[in-house]
This record gives sequence, C-alpha cells and structure tokens, in this order.
Amino acid sequence: MQAADTSMPENILNRPDAQTDDRQRRSWRTSPSRKVRRQTLLGWLFVLPALAIYALFVLLPLALTVQYSLYRWDGFNVPEWVGLSNYRTVLTDPDLLNTIFNAFRLIFFFSFIPVILGLVVASVIRRSSTGSLGNIARTVLFLPQVIPLVAAGIVWSVVLSLSGLANQILTAIGLEGITRAWLGDFDTALPAVGLIGTWVLLGLCTLLLLTGMTKIDPALYESARLDGAGAFREFLAITLPSLRQEIAVCVTVTVIAALRSFDIVYVTTGGGPGLATMVPGLDIYVLAFQARAVGVASALAVVLILLIVIIILPIQWLGRGNGE
Amino acid sequence: MFRTVNQPARLWGGLAVVALIATACGSTSATQTQTSSLATTTATATTAASVSASASASASTTAVPITCGTAPVVLNAYFETGFDIPFKLSEEFTKQYPNVTWNISQDQFTNLTNATPRLLVSDNPPDLIRLPTMVSLVKDGLLKNLDSYVTAFGWDKWPAAELLQDRVAADGTRGSGSLYAAGLNYSMTGVFYNKKLAAQIGMTTPPTTVADFESLLAKAKAAGLQPIMQWNASASGGGLAFPLQDLMAAFGPTQPINDWIFQKKGATIDTPTNLTAAQHLQQWITSGYFPKDVNAIEYTAANSRFVKGEGVFIFNGDWENADYDKNAAGNVGFFAFPSATAGGSLAGMSSPLTYGIAAKAKNADCAAFFLNWVATNATARQINVAIGGSNPGGPADLPIPPAAAGAVTNDSLAVGAQVSKANGAMDFIANSTGSIFAQGWTPELQKMVGGKETAEGLLKAVQAEYLKELSQ
Repeated sequence: MQAADTSMPENILNRPDAQTDDRQRRSWRTSPSRKVRRQTLLGWLFVLPALAIYALFVLLPLALTVQYSLYRWDGFNVPEWVGLSNYRTVLTDPDLLNTIFNAFRLIFFFSFIPVILGLVVASVIRRSSTGSLGNIARTVLFLPQVIPLVAAGIVWSVVLSLSGLANQILTAIGLEGITRAWLGDFDTALPAVGLIGTWVLLGLCTLLLLTGMTKIDPALYESARLDGAGAFREFLAITLPSLRQEIAVCVTVTVIAALRSFDIVYVTTGGGPGLATMVPGLDIYVLAFQARAVGVASALAVVLILLIVIIILPIQWLGRGNGE
Repeated sequence: MFRTVNQPARLWGGLAVVALIATACGSTSATQTQTSSLATTTATATTAASVSASASASASTTAVPITCGTAPVVLNAYFETGFDIPFKLSEEFTKQYPNVTWNISQDQFTNLTNATPRLLVSDNPPDLIRLPTMVSLVKDGLLKNLDSYVTAFGWDKWPAAELLQDRVAADGTRGSGSLYAAGLNYSMTGVFYNKKLAAQIGMTTPPTTVADFESLLAKAKAAGLQPIMQWNASASGGGLAFPLQDLMAAFGPTQPINDWIFQKKGATIDTPTNLTAAQHLQQWITSGYFPKDVNAIEYTAANSRFVKGEGVFIFNGDWENADYDKNAAGNVGFFAFPSATAGGSLAGMSSPLTYGIAAKAKNADCAAFFLNWVATNATARQINVAIGGSNPGGPADLPIPPAAAGAVTNDSLAVGAQVSKANGAMDFIANSTGSIFAQGWTPELQKMVGGKETAEGLLKAVQAEYLKELSQ
C-alpha cells in the first residue's frame, strides 16, 4: 500500500501527455493509480478513529506501564526513579514468582485439557451427530462462553462449597470421605479453579475445531476408509494434521486466558487459600490498588506481557508452518 | 472493618452487596479512630430533654461562632455508595438549616479511594469527603488541618480516644498530632451470640475471662454445635483476624497494637503476648471451633449461616446490627471479648466513619459546623443510632439515644461505652498498610487453618510483609 502511495503519483506526473489534453486529463483523474492513492487515503481515514482509540487506550497505557515500572510510585506522590530494581523484586520475591508458577499450572487446565478434550468431542460430534443433536451439543458446550465469567464464578463457588452440589453428588455415590471445600483447600483450590477454566474454554475449542473439520475434504476420509483405516487412524492421519491452524488458534487463545487469568480467580478464591491460587493478574491488581506499589505492579505486568509473547510466538509460528 | 477488593469490573447481585459491606467496613477501618469513647458515663439515662439540653449547652460553648451563616451555601460532598447514613444526615441538616443545600457525588469506596487525591487538588474540591487512610494526603497538604475547629467547637473536651485515629503527626504517623478528619460515627466490634444456642450450652451471662469463653467453646463443640461461625476466604479477607486481635488485646496492652497500625517507628506485631494470642487461635482451629470450610467462607455466607443458627458465636461489628435484628430478631446478643483475667480491661476494634475537608474547600467552616452538628445535635445522634447502629460520638456528657427495644444495637452501644471507659479502642490490624490484609494476614491465617503455619510463623511472616510494604 505504502509503495503504491508514494511511487504512483510520480509516474503519473512524468507521463509526457499528462497535462496536455482535457480528455486525457479527465482520464488521468480517474486513472487506476490515482484511485489507489485515494482509496489508500480513504482507508486510513476509516481506520483513523479506531487507530486513535487503540493508541490512546492500548499503546499509550502500555508505554506508561513500562515507564511506571522503572519508578517507585504510590499513584499520586512524586515518583522516584529506581531503574530496574522493580524487575529484580519481581524475579526474586518468592511470592511473586509463585504467582507466575501458578499461572503456568493453570495452562494445563485452561489449555491442555480443553484442546485435547475439544478434539475428541469435535470428532465425536462430526462423526455421529450431524443433525439437531449435534446442534444441541454445540450450543450446550458453547454456553459457558456466553455467561459472564463473574456470574459463572459465583455459581461455581456455590457448587464447589462444602454443602454444594459437587459434594452432594460425591456423598450420594459413597465418596463422602473426600468431600471438602474444594476452593478453600490448599491442595484442591488451584485444580478447582482450573476446572472452571476448562468448563469455560472447552466449548470455544470444540466449536473452533469443529468448524475446522467441516473444511476438510470428505474425499480424504472416504479414501482412508477404503484403505481400511479405523476412526482413530483417521483422526491421526487426516483430522489432526488438517487442523493445525485451528489448534494453534485454540492453544493461543487458551494459553493467554490462563496466563492473564483474573476474573475467575478473583471471584472464586481471591487468590487463596494462602497464596495457592494467586495469579499475576490478580497480584498486579492488589499491588497497584491496595499496596499502591504501582512500580512493582507495572514491572510484574511487563514481565507477564513478555512471558505471553515468548510463549505465544512459537505457537503461532508452528501453526503457520503448515499453511505456508 | 475488613478490606475487600472491589474490582473495577462491575460485580452484580450478591457480590455487589458483599463488596459494599466489605468496602464499607474496610473503609471505616482504613482510618479509624479510637472510639466510641463518648458514651462513657452517661450511656444509660436518656431523655429527649437532657439530649437537647446538653446539645445546646455544647453549642453555647463555641468560642468563635463558626456556622453556615444565612446566605445560600452549596456543600460539595463525596459520599460512599451503599451507606445511608451521610445522606440521611445531610437531609436532616438541610431541614434544620435551609440555606444549606448539597451537591452530593457518590462512588464505591474503592473508586473513591483511588480518586481522592485528584478530587482534593481539583478546581472544585470537596467540602466534605469520605476518606481512606489519610497519611499520604496529609503529607501532600491536601487535607484541611482541623485544629482551629477543635478549639472553636470544643472538640478537645471530647474523649481523646475518639479523634485519635484521625490525627497525623509531623513524621507521618497516625494517632497523634493535628486533626485532619472526624468521624460521622464510631463502629464497634466484639462477639455476637445466638441467644438460643448460648442458653443451650448454659451461658447465662457473657464470659468474663478468656478461659470462660474457651470453656463455652468446648461445651458448644461437645454439644454438637458449631462453636464459632467466621469467614476466612480471600474474597472477603481473613475474618480470623477479628478473634486474633481480640485475643491480642486480651493478653496484652492495646497501645503497641495501635502503634503498629499507626506505623510508629520500630513497632512490631511479633511480641510475646501476641504470640500467646496466636497460639490460642491456633488451638481454637485445631479443636475444630471454626467451620472446617472456613477458608472458603465469604463474609455474607458467614453471616447468613450465623443467623440461620449455625454458630453460637461470630466475631463481627455493629454494622451488622440491622441485618441480625432483621433476620434473627431478638435472638442475637453482643458482648465485648473478655480479658485474660477477670476484671481486666476490655478492648475492641473500633473505627470512625471518617470524613475530611479539602485544604482548598470553599465552605470549610460550614462543613466543620456540619461535623460538629452530627456529633452534638439530638436528631442527628438519633439518626446515627437508628440507621447506622453505631455510636454517634461527640461529647462524653451527651447521652446516646436508645435503639429500638430488644435490638442488638443496645448491647453494642453499651459495649462501646465499656470499652471506651477502659480506653480499649483499637484500630484494626488489617489497616496498618494498604495490602497487609490481602498479602499478610489473610494468606497467613488461611495457612494456619490449613495446618501450614504456626503461631510464631504467622506473626513473623506478617511482620516481614509489613516491613516490605513500608519499604516499597
């Protein structure tokens, strides 16, 4: 676009006959290159409001966060320059490192399980229930995406409480011994929070993968079947490779969801018990708005952003590999 | 009394309510003052006549007549969403002084807290504003020094403990120095009990020693009752800090606890008597006196389970009076946590509902007059007791208006009087630094419940967090 924008007009002006003839001038006005230039400008004009908002609400805060991370600041007094010392705090404070570690543990529940389970569920739906049953299954699985996370979190905390549905079911099937306040127990709080994430993200993954599957040429399956491949073989040889991009999208979205998780944790456990479910997103909030340690909070935010980018880039790269 | 995160994202339904209550309490405590002193001697005899008599008496002592005048005044006020008290008081004030009208803005406490410095420096600074911890605001010269009003209105004759938490010294510590805010009322904490269940375990009068109380807990446990209902989930903050601080004050003096909260130099929470307190708390935990899912119980859940009859006792504050009276009418009583030895002095956490005046406020005199009116006017005091359920403060010789017959508010007001008489009012240990509750007390208390922290480790960990936050 940029190239067209700058080089084309020059060509036009250099045309020997450009300024002589009225008729030609008219055509000159509507010549394709002029059009391109105008369209380019028009395009930028259309993008401008969005770009301005993006710059104001995303780029500027991002730059400010990086700036704040270099200061010791309580939010309103005069900030004090401290260089990289906030980053040293983030990378050495065991409590802060623990939050990052917790976020990685959540990836297993937010990303690994939904993607694996999503593949299985999508294959089952594709193979066996294409009619209204498939639609119902899809809708039900996708519903958690529609429900506000805070509302879902409140309901889940009731379900997982000592007298909640989860324990009632366990008691009914004779497992009373293992009942507990799932979100209040040091050993089970993080997996319980993770389970809620699985519930939320399974539908999204399933739907994405299912859509990807419909794109696969049925002839491939047919020939595989003629070659005597079973369902599992079919899945491994055709479905999985064809879904590379969709899987990359699923993994990307869910890994980001795990690393920057906030709402579910905030509503269900608030980071407790102890710091068993404390995640960077929540800690940034506590540090910035309760401890008023804006510098450390910003440094943790920057580290989190970098971590997400470092993890996501290879996934993107792997996902694209097949398509190019 | 405890601080809860009140995230910018909108919370709805029950959660909003929790957040409101929680922030309210958090806020109250954020700047507390010692209490309730007022009430002291004259708490009992109360007639309308005596109220108005003493009210006018105190008005006449005003040396320089600071009033709202007669010309129209618009007070620019920032109140906290979810709390009726300031609104009702402002309405009544306008009724009595029709030239004064109000321009009231309201917001959630957390949002208000974040905006306070900007509001105070703005071109239209608040004449009256609900305040969080105010040390930094004072350091930056954003709040009006109220010392001149102290002498003008005779606030220096009020019980000293009342205004203590709103004083800031030159070195930035609270608890002494110039006055920068005043309380609309003073909340009181202690132990609520279910009268029916208490009778069942043979409690006829409130316990007089910690040992007495502990034997009641043991009896309740033996009778198959839940001895204490409490909350300790992170979402609400560690409610076990309530009994812990009560135990600290039972085994040791309150002054070092306040010093620690006020960030006096060299103050520590890791003291021998506090260790005894923490050991008792741990023993309560291991004896099963708290619900086994206490780490997952949030504030509202604890209260609803208590009013439904689960729990003989709950450690909480008088802001819940109205709720208990409504949902368990006549069945809830209140007493101050007993001392370690019979006849020892009583203590409790108490906090002012703190309001300050911007340094650049246009109607500072009128705002100060309002603060004085709230504490001394008979109708204002009645509104405070009836709606807030809290001690209205003010001069010690003013009687406290009675609450409805049988209301638990009567118990809590009496306790407030006892505690202030013993000079046992304390700020809340969750308010020493901005996030000591979220990053110190709550996780450590939860670990103690989970058997992952000792009494000694708890105090050491919180002290370390305290020092870390002071240095950040």
